[in-house]
Amino acid sequence: MIEIRELSKHFNNHQVLNRLSLNIEKGQTCVIIGRSGCGKSVLLKHIVGLLNPDEGGVLVEGKEVAKLNPLELDQLRSKISMVFQGGALFDSMNVADNVGFSLIEHTHITQKELSERVEESLHLVGLGGIGNLTPAELSGGMKKRVALARAICIRPEIILYDEPTTGVDPITADSINGLIRSLHDKLKVTAVVVTHDMKSAYHVADKIAMMYQGKIIIEGSAEEIQASQDPVVHQFINGLSKGPITESIGNSR
Amino acid sequence: MMFTDFFITIGHRIIACMIFFGGLSNLAAQTVYLTFKPPYKWQRIFEQAKKAGNESFPIVALVALFIGFIFALQTAYFMQRIGSEIYIASLVALTVVRELGPVITALIVAGRVGASNTAELGSMQVTEQIDALETLATNPVKYLVVPRFVALSIMLPVLTLYANIIGILGSYIICVFKLGITSSMYMNVTFEALLYKDLFTGLFKAWIFGMVIALISCYEGFNVEGGAEGVGKATTRSVVFTFIMIIAADCFFTALFYFIFP
Ligand SMILES: Nc1ncnc2c1ncn2[C@@H]1O[C@H](COP(=O)(O)OP(=O)(O)OP(=O)(O)O)[C@@H](O)[C@H]1O
Ligand SMILES: [Mg+2]
Repeated sequence: MIEIRELSKHFNNHQVLNRLSLNIEKGQTCVIIGRSGCGKSVLLKHIVGLLNPDEGGVLVEGKEVAKLNPLELDQLRSKISMVFQGGALFDSMNVADNVGFSLIEHTHITQKELSERVEESLHLVGLGGIGNLTPAELSGGMKKRVALARAICIRPEIILYDEPTTGVDPITADSINGLIRSLHDKLKVTAVVVTHDMKSAYHVADKIAMMYQGKIIIEGSAEEIQASQDPVVHQFINGLSKGPITESIGNSR
Repeated sequence: MMFTDFFITIGHRIIACMIFFGGLSNLAAQTVYLTFKPPYKWQRIFEQAKKAGNESFPIVALVALFIGFIFALQTAYFMQRIGSEIYIASLVALTVVRELGPVITALIVAGRVGASNTAELGSMQVTEQIDALETLATNPVKYLVVPRFVALSIMLPVLTLYANIIGILGSYIICVFKLGITSSMYMNVTFEALLYKDLFTGLFKAWIFGMVIALISCYEGFNVEGGAEGVGKATTRSVVFTFIMIIAADCFFTALFYFIFP
């Protein structure tokens, strides 16, 4: 479904992705973990074609994203949703217009259907009835959930979550994990979840992949990751301040 | 050493300039193409036009009135010496309609609407809202730039028309109430002096200025880098570049009209 092939990307002399390869099957939930600043968000942006690779590429449903023409890209994007790390809600509109944005712009459904779909999506994230508020009136965690509602409102086949549980309380985090799980179980959504939160990772993942120095250094089930003997992986998943990641020079970014 | 540094700086400036004009022409081409490509979203154009009009009209009116006053008084100083006060009317009418109306309006709109466009699009850029638009299969140029472009290219001539009328009114007030010219005399001289050509070249320039303001302000907004500070810098740059481009375009078109409609 999503096939990342030897993807490389640099910004001003800083090699962020270095021949990174990863396969994600249809219907699978793949969690990507890695240190802050290691390029997880950059990787997600390549999947929706917001960034263009230096070398290599990303294939979604067999088509190379960077080589699509604008029309094909829009068609692809109507099947993929991305939940941005900061929410990226449109602050000139209220919550309902944010959530229903795609439906308003690209479909001809009636006002009644629209408000039903919006309300349904907001309910799924536990925020029913806040359609009239503006993004400025929401807390950080609420923004994140509205962004999630906007992503699921178009009923996508693929969802890319950029840190969906960061900055929300543990109870809400658990319900977001439950939502990701149920989208996976009921609607067979293919998902890529970027997170630092190991608890969330173990909860939702079919597969966990860890990014380090621009590459995927390990991928496997939650059990396989936990059982890994690799000192880098061990340090990360157990959250230790001492270990090979912090010792090696030049990885402070 | 200092000598080579000097050339390096010049080189950087030239490259920056080329990138700016390249990017701007690219945006202009896309905007014009997308303006004519359906679907048309009248609602958003209307919103932008309303916002631009509401924000700028009071200031445009006030400034135009003062310009009318000042202009009448300044010309009166000389015209009284040669005993031809009545020609104040024609001088003011021509200068305001051909030159001051469009340029003053454009500068005010650049400061009000242009700056707020850059700030708005810039903060959308830094908070990834523009990226979000793209992932929602919506072209940011079509969604954000086209409505502003169309709205400003309509509203600038409209506001200029108001500025013209109010500027002439300002001068009328001075001449009729201070210098003792009769009202009918003033009106006659004004309309005798003005040709349609004068009005249309003025409004044509206003139309061009409207497009220049919309394009530069949106371009600067899209290219913000580096958070809130970047938004501030881009807003300043947008206003400064727009001012320069308005005056340069004014000079160009004034010269052009001078030679093709003598
Ligand atoms: N548009 C850009 N221009 C320049 N550098 C960038 C850009 N986007 C990302 N980077 C750089 O790429 C690196 C990876 O950034 P990215 O946002 O992908 O990190 P991340 O893994 O998502 O971190 P976090 O977990 O903190 O969100 C960073 O060093 C960042 O400075
Ligand atoms: Mg990130």
